[in-house]
Amino acid sequence: MKNIVTATVIAGVLAGSAALAQNDGSAQVKARQGQMRVIALNLGVLGGMAQGKIDYDAEAAQNAADSLAGVAMIHQPTLWIEGTSNADREGTKALPAIWEDNADFMTKWDAFVTAANDMQSVAGTGKDALGPAMGGLGDACKACHEKYQQSDD
Amino acid sequence: MIRRFFRFLLLAALIAAGFAFWMTRAVPLDEDALAGVEGNTENGQYVFTAAGCASCHAAPDAKGDDKLVLAGGQKFPSDFGTFIAPNISPDPTEGIGDWTAAQFASAVTQGVSPEGQHYYPAFPYGAYAKMEKQDLADLWAYMKTLPASDTASQPHDVGFPFNIRRALGGWKLLFMDDNWVLKNAPSEQVTRGRYLVETLAHCGECHTPRNMLGGMDTTRWLAGAPNPSGKGRTPGIAPGGFKWTEGEITYYLETGFTPDFDSVGGHMVAVVDNMAELTEGDRQAIAAYLKSVPEQPSE
Repeated sequence: MKNIVTATVIAGVLAGSAALAQNDGSAQVKARQGQMRVIALNLGVLGGMAQGKIDYDAEAAQNAADSLAGVAMIHQPTLWIEGTSNADREGTKALPAIWEDNADFMTKWDAFVTAANDMQSVAGTGKDALGPAMGGLGDACKACHEKYQQSDD
Repeated sequence: MIRRFFRFLLLAALIAAGFAFWMTRAVPLDEDALAGVEGNTENGQYVFTAAGCASCHAAPDAKGDDKLVLAGGQKFPSDFGTFIAPNISPDPTEGIGDWTAAQFASAVTQGVSPEGQHYYPAFPYGAYAKMEKQDLADLWAYMKTLPASDTASQPHDVGFPFNIRRALGGWKLLFMDDNWVLKNAPSEQVTRGRYLVETLAHCGECHTPRNMLGGMDTTRWLAGAPNPSGKGRTPGIAPGGFKWTEGEITYYLETGFTPDFDSVGGHMVAVVDNMAELTEGDRQAIAAYLKSVPEQPSE
């Protein structure tokens, strides 16, 4: 009986350390990339409507804008932990500059928050409002990707 | 007999060296190169934007109106060393305010400084070489209206042997070409797009791979290339590997959004900011040109 308990404790400790060893930032990187995809997917809806490729639908536009505003509420420091730049690991385009000037990086994110909220307040009001709001979102995306994402596009 | 042979060899070597020295000299344009061409600042501003002058010559991280202060200082790392953009504001001592129109035209189209030195081709004079005289005169007129900056230009950080500027004369002989890459443009729109892509916007400088000496491999025109800074790639934008429609290219150049609504990044952000200022017709012309160049395999 005692042996079983000892074995279980040892196994538990080993499993625990294995779990710790896996905490290499990959969960954070996946979450970052996931939120970017949610943004892109919904920008696709709004941009498509702005261009006239998709018929304007107030409800669908509002849903897309609400999703952007939802992403804007995600607490970003949880996702951008130290040691997860493209100098530290594979599979990310996050440049070390994010952590060298983190205050500026967060200012860039705040610009997205503002632009997403602006879109949320106008998306349901008509097709003509989408273009300018898309412009604001595009400026926010560009400003951050210019300095903080390894460019291959 | 042997002595005479060596004397002959020495003479031949001297002649070859003299010829090479003559061939690699920096040749400026004649002082009357732009004589009689009246500069128009409004079109000059348009040329300035299309040519992306401020994207490299504004101070690092300059935003808004500060982008029009061409103080220099941005760094461009490469295999040959780090080039630092100089001050080209109208300041007469630190900038180019005391240049003549012909000296400006020599710098932009021939890569020759007023002091008779070759510029490094980090400055894309190989592309600007085909700039129309009227556009040059307009650009010069516009640039003289910009604010002056007294920031001193920094020397490039380039080691031996690339710090021998005379050798750039040889580089020019090998790699500067008076012909268009796309020899026959099928329409007026593509002709306009060719001027924008090959000359003003100098897209090939980053999107075309280079050989060991830094010359562009025009057989792989716009096929994509490693980023000169060492990390990442500049993607191919010739048909074949690159599948965007003309409409998607036009929209990207206006908004910075790719067809799947990823965002433009890196130095291309500055390019898109400029392209967004052009007319919709010019963005469409660029897209039409990109669909007319030879196919390149995807990499």
